[in-house]
Amino acid sequence: MSESKESRTITFQEAIAEALNQEMARDESVFVYGLDVADHKGIYGTTLGLAKKFGGTRCFSTPLSEEAMMGFGLGAATNGLRPINVHIRVDFLLLAMNQLINMVATHRYGSNGKTAVPLVIRAAIGRGWGQGYQHSKTLQSIFAHIPGLKVVMPTTPYDVKGLLIASIRDNNPVIFIEHRWLYFQKGIVPEESYEVPLGSGKIAKEGADITVVATSWMNVEALKAQEILSRRNVSIEIVDVRTVAPLDKDVIIKSVLKTGHCVVADYDWINCGFSSEVAAMVSEECFGRLKSPVTRIGFAPTPCPTTRALEDEFYPGAVDIIRAVEKKLGLSATDISGDDFYSYENKFRGPF
Amino acid sequence: MTLSLALYQKLYLVRWATEAIRKEYPNDQIKTPVHLSLGEEAIAVGVCHAIGKNGLFYGTYRNHGLYLSLTLETDKFFAELYGKRTGASGGKAGSMHLTAPESGLMGTSAVVGTTIPMAVGAAFANRVRRTDKAIVVFFGDGALDEGVFWESFNTACVLKLPMIFICEDNGLAPHTLKVDRQGYPAIHKVLERFNCLTFRNETTDVEEIHSLALKAGLLAREQQLPVFLHLHYYRYLEHVGVNEDFDQGYRTRDEFEKWYKVDPINLQRKRLVEMNLEKEVSDVENQVREQVDRSIALAKAAPFPDKADLFKGVWS
Repeated sequence: MSESKESRTITFQEAIAEALNQEMARDESVFVYGLDVADHKGIYGTTLGLAKKFGGTRCFSTPLSEEAMMGFGLGAATNGLRPINVHIRVDFLLLAMNQLINMVATHRYGSNGKTAVPLVIRAAIGRGWGQGYQHSKTLQSIFAHIPGLKVVMPTTPYDVKGLLIASIRDNNPVIFIEHRWLYFQKGIVPEESYEVPLGSGKIAKEGADITVVATSWMNVEALKAQEILSRRNVSIEIVDVRTVAPLDKDVIIKSVLKTGHCVVADYDWINCGFSSEVAAMVSEECFGRLKSPVTRIGFAPTPCPTTRALEDEFYPGAVDIIRAVEKKLGLSATDISGDDFYSYENKFRGPF
Repeated sequence: MTLSLALYQKLYLVRWATEAIRKEYPNDQIKTPVHLSLGEEAIAVGVCHAIGKNGLFYGTYRNHGLYLSLTLETDKFFAELYGKRTGASGGKAGSMHLTAPESGLMGTSAVVGTTIPMAVGAAFANRVRRTDKAIVVFFGDGALDEGVFWESFNTACVLKLPMIFICEDNGLAPHTLKVDRQGYPAIHKVLERFNCLTFRNETTDVEEIHSLALKAGLLAREQQLPVFLHLHYYRYLEHVGVNEDFDQGYRTRDEFEKWYKVDPINLQRKRLVEMNLEKEVSDVENQVREQVDRSIALAKAAPFPDKADLFKGVWS
């Protein structure tokens, strides 16, 4: 593959590291902190070298004090700095929910708009193997439920760089959710700094017959489903929402008005979740134009089991999307016996 | 104005504003839970006067003393309590979340302990940006029961952040005695094992607290360490609201009588009278009363926020 400037290919993880490096070089008020951000592993490599390059006050590992560290970020953000607080599992962020929801999300409103809170909270999510029920959640619906918090879920290396830069420059608290399987995906990423605006979704794949609205890793699964169904001339349009809050409703509505069918493939539980929100919104905005009710796909309504045998049942994937599409369009089941799907054992290989 | 009189002016402002709220509250126009400062005044006034304009202050829902001694203003204060557009936060904050960033009051909160880590983050920013501020955080003895206090205090000690932690100990949280909440004999004995400096004082004398705060500020700066001040007061009124509650059985009026003998306002007034400043005292008192009366009248007459204001201020 060509490594020319226009088509340089790097991984999602390298794109995050590049965004952090560029923003920290551009703006000395930006700093990175959290559990083990300055250790030899560097949060899947995304923070490696930052402490050496920018010094120990710009990138430092903290005590295991998630609640205090969130409040620390609020104090720093309201006194001229731009903190980036990193959590290697979103599950650990639950320890900081009091600060996040009672303090961070409300501070600007309580000041009657006077005090901005430019705080980024990076949190890794993921899947298999054997991560179990305390290393496997996503929680974007909980964050997005709270006024005052922005929630970002990037999928491609290009988007993760531009969205992270936009998040760092944003004057609001932003929860930035990164799927671990995406870290190793490759894609074309410009070397120069750029922003992907928060609140803008995109058409990840154009299609005509049915809309699949997807978050994070589910975009990868949706592309796999699209590839398989295209053999039968079924044309799926994939909407990558990119930010859950604020949500780009227009890109979803426009697509559903075109196709008349909507599947929401969310990387989270369904009940009271983001998929429910999209389903309600699509029903409100596209009611008379829908050819079928909105279908939701998400985690099984259980805690995530540890054993691989059940874990595969817990997580939704391309096959669930394929079967949902067939049902909506009244098609027979596609023969997928010869197809490979993404799994831990397949080294998470994806299309980017 | 002498230091003694300046301190009295602030003490009297806090006391009189509180008495005015107690008088107004039954009219049900102040629709916000109030956690009043009666008995606590010397701590807020002594510390704020010592640290002054150079400080960034973080506090609790019992914040009226803090707000008034930092701003000396009552127009926006009362307007906020009355929920008016002219309030300090346009009515969105009410009594429990009063702030005045232009005067250094950066954060107060209704959830116990929550502004403590915020102050630690402010102290970190102060060091990084070399803004040369004094960072002060107030909290009650109830906050010592919260994990976030220990997380935050430890972090400040690890990072060796010069800042002042002030525990305003009234022995109750909200109605449960320390003996039923704390598995250790004395907090300063525990905290002196950390990389910090600790001081303990039971005085209600505003001048003594003022001196101690000056010393704490200097030591924090000189030694580049957190300083923990353990100060004490007696809460004259119920936890929240404008009434006494000695008839509720969890404490006795005798305790109050004992503390009232060293009431911070009376102590300072007596000192000034002994200095032959009776006229100055009375001038200050009249001024404060007029100021408070005027502010309450203005607050009552002010408009409520526009309905559209509901949506303003969520996002930058």
